[in-house]
Amino acid sequence: MEKKTKIHAEAGRQDLTITREFDLPLHLLFKAYEDPELLAQWMGTKVLKLENKPHGGWQFETSDPQGKVVFRANGVYHDFVPNEKIVRTFQMEDSPFDVQLEFLEFEHLTSETSKLRMHQVYRTTELRDQMLKLPFAYGLNMAHNRLQEVLNPLK
Amino acid sequence: MNLRRDVFQAIADPTRRAILLLVATQSMTAGAIAANFDSARPTVSRHLQILTECELLAQEPHGREIYYQLNLLKVKEIADFIEPFRQLWDDRFNKLEALMKQYEPKK
Repeated sequence: MEKKTKIHAEAGRQDLTITREFDLPLHLLFKAYEDPELLAQWMGTKVLKLENKPHGGWQFETSDPQGKVVFRANGVYHDFVPNEKIVRTFQMEDSPFDVQLEFLEFEHLTSETSKLRMHQVYRTTELRDQMLKLPFAYGLNMAHNRLQEVLNPLK
Repeated sequence: MNLRRDVFQAIADPTRRAILLLVATQSMTAGAIAANFDSARPTVSRHLQILTECELLAQEPHGREIYYQLNLLKVKEIADFIEPFRQLWDDRFNKLEALMKQYEPKK
């Protein structure tokens, strides 16, 4: 089966594109980005602030089951055109990563399908590659931890 | 960590990417590879050394000559590293899709 979400990241560049086609009409796809309650559900994060307008701010916060904050990110909207596009900055708080710029384009395909194109621009090529590798490194780490759990009782 | 052994660092350089493309179809000696570039021979040698250190290139002796060839296993490793990132977004978007399929506007 063809993969629904595609990543386009050329070597030596400081940007990347994520595209996805949805079995959803355009207005429902956009709604998922517009409504703080819905956004919180699919992103799996708490939405502290979501001001859907140019110069409006947004802030997300994710806690672990013990209530400890593990992730916080914020940014500013530069463009917010319903059912069309969102331009915003994105920055992870308390991280060494610089702010990134995101262009989200929402496209009508049929009355029941739509498409999202997300263009992320990073400060440097190195930074982009680091972000790309983050889930990869995390996955390796998780696998490593699981291996440790299995091996520990054997000691 | 020795940065020079980082494959991602290695492929970030345009000359090194060109070298990889060059040897993708056939094994070549350092001299034959260098003939394709304007850079000084020691510069090309240095690129070859870095690519060999991070195992993107393998050396194969043929008599007195050393041929460089592409290490496909290592290349596949790079091609796959992006998959967890894609998976992360795919999971998020699958949730979005499932959530919005059940969505009914508040009355």
